[in-house]
Amino acid sequence: MSWQRDWRRARAIAWKDLTAERRSKAGFNAVTSLAITILVLFGFALGPDTRAVRDAAPGVIWLAALFAGVLAFNRSYQSELDGGALEQLVLYPGSRKAIYAGKLLANFVFVALMLVVIIVAGVILFQVAIPSEWPSLLGIILFGTIGLVTLGTFYAAMSSRSRAREVLLPLLLFPMLVPVLLAAMEATKALLGGNLMSDAGAWARLLIVFDVVFLAATFLAFESVIEV
Amino acid sequence: MTTSAPVFTGNIDAPRTSRWPIFGWFAFLFLIASQITAILISPPDRDMGDLQKIMYVHVPAAWMTMLAPLTVLIFGLRYLWKRREQDDLLAAAAAEVATTFAGLTLVLGMIWARPTWGVWWTWDARLTSMLVLFLILAGYLALRALIDDQERRAQWSAVVGILGAINVPIVYMSVRWWRTIHQIQSNPSTVDPAYVIGLRLNAFAFLFVMIYFIRRRYEAALMERAAEHASRAAALGNGR
Repeated sequence: MSWQRDWRRARAIAWKDLTAERRSKAGFNAVTSLAITILVLFGFALGPDTRAVRDAAPGVIWLAALFAGVLAFNRSYQSELDGGALEQLVLYPGSRKAIYAGKLLANFVFVALMLVVIIVAGVILFQVAIPSEWPSLLGIILFGTIGLVTLGTFYAAMSSRSRAREVLLPLLLFPMLVPVLLAAMEATKALLGGNLMSDAGAWARLLIVFDVVFLAATFLAFESVIEV
Repeated sequence: MTTSAPVFTGNIDAPRTSRWPIFGWFAFLFLIASQITAILISPPDRDMGDLQKIMYVHVPAAWMTMLAPLTVLIFGLRYLWKRREQDDLLAAAAAEVATTFAGLTLVLGMIWARPTWGVWWTWDARLTSMLVLFLILAGYLALRALIDDQERRAQWSAVVGILGAINVPIVYMSVRWWRTIHQIQSNPSTVDPAYVIGLRLNAFAFLFVMIYFIRRRYEAALMERAAEHASRAAALGNGR
C-alpha cells in the first residue's frame, strides 16, 4: 500500500519538525508572543471604546494568527535549508507529496496551538462573550486554520528558497488568502455576534469548499515546486 | 555546456518580428478611430451625461484584465506540460500586461466613481476583486524578479500563475457574498443600443493593443534570454 507508506513518511516528517520545536520552544514562544503583541497594538488602534474593540475582535484575532503564522511557515523550511537537509528529503524514495503533507501537519499543529493562546488572549483583552454555540466556533477555527496553513506551507516552499523571503511570502500569500480569511472572519463574527439569523453556516460551508479546493490544488502542484 | 542556446537565438528570426510593428500601428490607429467613433455617435447619458464616455476605456480595460490572467493560466499549464522556455516567457509577458491593464481599470474606475458615486473607492465585489487580482499579479512579478535560477523561476511562476488564476473567480465570489453595490456589469445586453457599437469597437481595439503589448514584451524577453545564452557561450569559449 503506497499511500500507507507515504502517510508514514508524512507523519515522520511532522514528528521530526514538532520534536525539534518542542525541544527548543524558542520558535513557538517567539511567534506566539509576537501574535499577542499584534493583538495589543490592534487594541491601541481600535480602542479604547470597548464596543468597537469587541466588534473588531474576530477580524483582529484572525489577522494576528496570519501575521504570526507567516513567520512560522518560513521557519519550517528554513530549518531544513540551514542543515542542508531539504535536498536529502527530496532524494528519499516515495512521493514528494509526503514532504508537503508532513510539513502541513507540523505547521497545522503549530498554528492551532498558537491560535489557542491568541484566542484566550483575545477573548480576555477584547472582552468577548463566548457564545453557547462554541463547538461550531471550534469547527470554524479548525477549517480556517487548515486554509491558512495549506496556502502558507505551499508558498513558503518557494519563498524560503528565494531572495527577500520576508517580503515575498506575505506578498504571495495574503492576496491568495482573501477568500479563506473573509469566510473565517465572517463566520466567526456571525457566531460571536450571537445573531442566529446570520449566515455563519453558509460561510462555514464556503470555508470548507475553499479548503478542499486549495488542498487539492496545492497537493497537485507541490511536486513542481519542490523538484527544482 | 552549450545547452539550449540555439533554440532561443533561432526563435528571434527577422521576418516574424518585422510584421509586428505594422500590427502595432494598426492596433493604435484602430483604437484612436474606435474612441472617436464611440464618443461621436453616443448621446450623453440621462444620469451621467458625458461622464459615460469613460465607459469606452474602463470597460474594455476590465475585460482585457480578465483575459490576460487566462493567458497566464494557459501558458503556465503548457509550460508544466512541455517545459518550453518560450511558454514561460509568454506567460510572464501576459502577466505584465495584465498588471498594467488591472491598474488602468482601477484608476479609470476611480475617476468614474468619484463624480457618479461621490467616492473614489467602495468595497464592492468587482472593485475589490480587481484590486486583489492586481496584488496577486504583483506577487507573481515579484517572484520572478527575486529568483535567479531560470528553470526554478519558470516552474514556480507557472505554479503561482495557475493558482492565482484559479483564485480570481473564488475571490470574486467571496467578496460578492461579503458585499456588493456596483452597477450591473456593462455588457452589450445591459447597455442602451446607442452605446453598444462604441463598446464593441473599443473592446476589439483594446484586444489588439493587448496582443501587441504582450507580443512586444515577449520579444524583449526572448532577446534578453538569447543575449544571456550568447554571453554564456562566449564566456565558455565557444561563442564563435
